[in-house]
Formats: sequence, C-alpha cells, structure tokens
Amino acid sequence: MSLRTPLSRVLGMGSAKQGVHHWWVQRLTSVALVPLTVWFVVSLLTLPSLDHATVAAWERHGSTALLLVLLVLVGTWHSQLGVRVVVEDYVPSPGARTVTLALIAFAHALLAAAGTFAVLKVALGVAP
Amino acid sequence: MPARPLSPHLSVYRMYRYTLLTSFLNRATGVVLSLALVLLVYWLAAVAGGAQAQARAARLLGLPVMKLVYAACIIAFCYHLVAGIRHLVWDTGHGLERAQSRNSAWLVLAASVLLMLLIGAFAFVLAGRAP
Repeated sequence: MSLRTPLSRVLGMGSAKQGVHHWWVQRLTSVALVPLTVWFVVSLLTLPSLDHATVAAWERHGSTALLLVLLVLVGTWHSQLGVRVVVEDYVPSPGARTVTLALIAFAHALLAAAGTFAVLKVALGVAP
Repeated sequence: MPARPLSPHLSVYRMYRYTLLTSFLNRATGVVLSLALVLLVYWLAAVAGGAQAQARAARLLGLPVMKLVYAACIIAFCYHLVAGIRHLVWDTGHGLERAQSRNSAWLVLAASVLLMLLIGAFAFVLAGRAP
C-alpha cells in the first residue's frame, strides 16, 4: 500500500526536498568552520600582541578581513541552527518556544551584522 | 502541554553512557561557543571603535574572572571541533559500528584534551595573553 496522498500521486513530484535543509546547512557550515576557526585561533595565538595597533594592522592585512567576515557569518549561521535545535528540544511550551526562537534569530542576525560591520570599518580604514 | 511523556525524557537514560555523554557534551560546548560568539563580536566592535574604545573594553576583557571564561571557550572549542569532525565522519556512513563508535569516543576525548592543553599552554603560559 502506498502512503502517498492522491494529490501527490497526481502531481507526481514526490517530496519538496526541504526536509533535510536544516541538516544539510548545519553540515556545510560545520565543514567551513573547521579551517576558519583553526585559522582564527592560530592567528590570535601568534599575533605579537593584542593591543589596538597590532590588531587593526592585522585586520587590514591581506585577506584577514575577508576570513573574519566569513568566520562571523558562517559562525552565527551555524550557531543559530544549533541553538535552535536545543530550544526546540528543551522548551516544551509552544508559546515560549516560538518567542525564544524569534529572539535567538534576531540576536544572531544582530551578531552577524555587528561583527561584519566592525571588521569592514577597520579593514576599509574608516575606524577611528 | 500533552500529558504523555515527550522527548527528551532525560530521566530514563543512564547519564554516564559514553554515547549520551559525548552527544550531550557536543551540545553543551556548542552553546558555550554561541556565547563566545558574543564575546568575539564585542571584541571586534571594540577594535573598530578605536584605540580608546578598545582600551575601555580591555579593562573588562582583562578582568581576572575572564581567564575562566577564556578557559571555558578553549575547552568548548577543542571538544566541539574534534567531536564535530567525528559527526562529519559518521555522516559519510563510516564508524557507526558499536566498537568503532566506542573507540572514536575515546579518540575524541584524548585528542580534544591534548588540543586544550596545547592551546591553553600557548594562551596562558607562553603568550600570557589577555586583551
């Protein structure tokens, strides 16, 4: 016996293929974050100092700003997907869950925008 | 809320099983890293605010208690990185047998602790870093 609805059999298109989207993006971002985070940690540890001049010069140098923007964007995306699952699992009340998920989405969007803006400000030389 | 038991019913599991422990730790360290992201953006914004803004932020980031926060970030990063790679290997369909999974759990533990010690030594001893 087929479990497909008559409508789906008529349309003949199968599933919309959206079911694995969250899973797939979580994997894509995690693969990207392996080199990005390792690069960031090694860079931080090998900078001669963390004072303003050194860090600003590092951000302006070569592809640092590009990699930092990628780190912030891919990192917040991955984080949002992960925290979302934790909330879905542990917040039982639908109302509180929806509000928490919305707040988490906003917070991550803010982090992504603020982090990107901060890096670009330094890299483009408009920071004080 | 329905009266029936809903997942995750944590009380029915033996908490010390390595399968549950490694999975739980991956989640917990992930949440810690989400909080570390706030710290990262705060630091980037402080740098973008100029030398004075960064000096102000450095007073907060240089507080003795922040050493604990950095230690937590290092521990969380090392575990989540290594355990995440284990998950990616699983996603290819490899290493899912019980014996392989038990071995890789130990490997994750050993590799992440080694990495923690390495990064911790660099951050706290060799470089004596605090922004």
